[in-house]
Amino acid sequence: MTAWLFASGIGVLTATGVWLLLRARTFDVALGLTLLSYAVNLFVFAMGRIAVASPPIIRPGVPASLAHYADPLPQALALTAIVIGFAMTALVLVLALRAHLAAGADLCDAPAGDARPPTDASAVTRSGHDR
Amino acid sequence: MTPDHLIVAPILLPLVAGALLLVVERFRPRWQAPVGAGATVALAAIALALAARAAGGEIGVYLVGNWPPPFGIALALDRLAALMVVLTAGVALAALLYALDRWAVSGPHFHAFFQFQLAGLNGAFLTADLFNLFVFFEVLLIASYALLLHAADGRALRAGFHYVVVNLAGSSLFLIAAGLMYGVCGTLSMADLAVRIAAAPTADAGLLRAAGLMLLVVFAVKAALLPLGFWLPDTYGAAPAPVAALFALMTKVGVYAIVRTTTLLFGPDAGPAATLGGTELFVLGVATTALGGLGALAAPRLKGVVAFLVVASAGTLVAAVASGAPQALAGALYYLVHSTLAAAFLFLLVDAIARQRGSAGDGLRSGSPVVQPIALGLAFLVAAIAIAGLPPLSGFIGKLGILGGTVDVPLAPWLWSALLASGLLATIALARAGSRIFWRTHRQAEGPGVATGAVRVGAREALAIGVLGGALVTLTVLAGPAQRYTVATAAQLAEPRGYVESLRGALPVTRRAAAATAGAVEP
Repeated sequence: MTAWLFASGIGVLTATGVWLLLRARTFDVALGLTLLSYAVNLFVFAMGRIAVASPPIIRPGVPASLAHYADPLPQALALTAIVIGFAMTALVLVLALRAHLAAGADLCDAPAGDARPPTDASAVTRSGHDR
Repeated sequence: MTPDHLIVAPILLPLVAGALLLVVERFRPRWQAPVGAGATVALAAIALALAARAAGGEIGVYLVGNWPPPFGIALALDRLAALMVVLTAGVALAALLYALDRWAVSGPHFHAFFQFQLAGLNGAFLTADLFNLFVFFEVLLIASYALLLHAADGRALRAGFHYVVVNLAGSSLFLIAAGLMYGVCGTLSMADLAVRIAAAPTADAGLLRAAGLMLLVVFAVKAALLPLGFWLPDTYGAAPAPVAALFALMTKVGVYAIVRTTTLLFGPDAGPAATLGGTELFVLGVATTALGGLGALAAPRLKGVVAFLVVASAGTLVAAVASGAPQALAGALYYLVHSTLAAAFLFLLVDAIARQRGSAGDGLRSGSPVVQPIALGLAFLVAAIAIAGLPPLSGFIGKLGILGGTVDVPLAPWLWSALLASGLLATIALARAGSRIFWRTHRQAEGPGVATGAVRVGAREALAIGVLGGALVTLTVLAGPAQRYTVATAAQLAEPRGYVESLRGALPVTRRAAAATAGAVEP
């Protein structure tokens, strides 16, 4: 029952995350990435097998197997992934906000531009038609 | 035995230098360039020392934190890792040199992010742990996001947003794959994974193959393989020139990861995961090669042409690696070095050309003539010959190696056709670009910058372009020794047992052992 709940929770998070990721607004995309990273963190955590009320520290007299202990490594991995995911979410939000302020619209799709050297910043970018 | 601290130096040095540069930028901004350049030169020296050590065929292992092998994270230095670290240091040196004149001062934190990017790249090449590979991917990606948006305008921001989102989705997939691998095998060390995958029961075969294929999908995103590579041309087109030159390495990270996993984890002896994804990668690589050639022909700007040629070269590399022939792998490794240098060379050159053409920039239409037509024209000719794979330069030798190495592969005619056709398309695209830029020009120069000569190529910029061009010529002249090294590398990769055994057999340095040896020396 625990495993079933856990798995369907991951499934719902992934599905909503992917759906939001495919939308055309940057805010939705950022939200989708966040949900997706939640799902991934839970998945990584579950890969150490779901154990209720079992400590990860070995006690004397209890055989050292996963039947008696929780696996500490996926917990450490999930922690690392959470930290990285948090930083990435912050970065995506800043990017989305700057793109929104620069373009005046919260849309993902627009023609990509070209970075120019600093002295040339005033030059107008034109499409590449031959004269 | 003292631990071989030099192996961790290519990661630590840029990390420390990057952190230092943040402080230097705040208090002594003028010292940034010397500190950054000094760190990169030192990195190049370390990389060469490591390559000299790895060339003998010995695999150096460094146990980070001195944990015994299955528990801690290990770094491994074999010929392939050494080759990639040297290549990184070389391209970085040229890119930084080019950036010193203009780009580095056009926005904050350039030097620091540059060093962090190098730390991430070197870490990805040196690590022998799957999760650690993920971490270093993130390190180099975070730095690359910042570098991409260096001095960016609104449109570049949007291209950057696409790049970030695509790569973050890829990172999520990487984590799922790594988690699945751990769930099935109970380890993340690549050496242990190789052993356990080969011995996995058939009941786990489906999960293992799913995890392995997901890993390959992630690496295919990095390498810009066909259905997953559409982020690349926009991103590279938006990146500042020295950053784009450094990004020429980024697709190679994906190729490197594919080489590492397909030889080590999914080799012919890997039980349920044997030659996993080989055919798929080969077909996609061939298709990517063809698409890269077509894209280069269709691109309206010179930078886009170069970006599509990067895509084509990545596709060729993946197809050659996935063909499974050891000689093709050796040829591919030579071509990898060549295509990285050639792409970096062209990215820097395009920036110099675009600056001298006034409002036309790098657009492929007639505009005002460049200020230094002979120097830039000759450099463009050399770069075009190199990247299109025409004789006499190293691109020809690399392509010849791949063509010759795949003679026994059943599907090889597809690769030959795609490779030769994309070479022809690249030649046409570059010839057309060259004639429009250098010959079909308006009479007089336009714009105040052109008139005053302020846009001429600076001394350090010229040196950077010259260094990359010289490296290409050197790679051609010294093709014999270079190919001996890549053949030896391919042979080492074809025998993953050596890599696995030196990693599993590595012993931590205990205090007691250190004391015992000290006692033995001084009775």
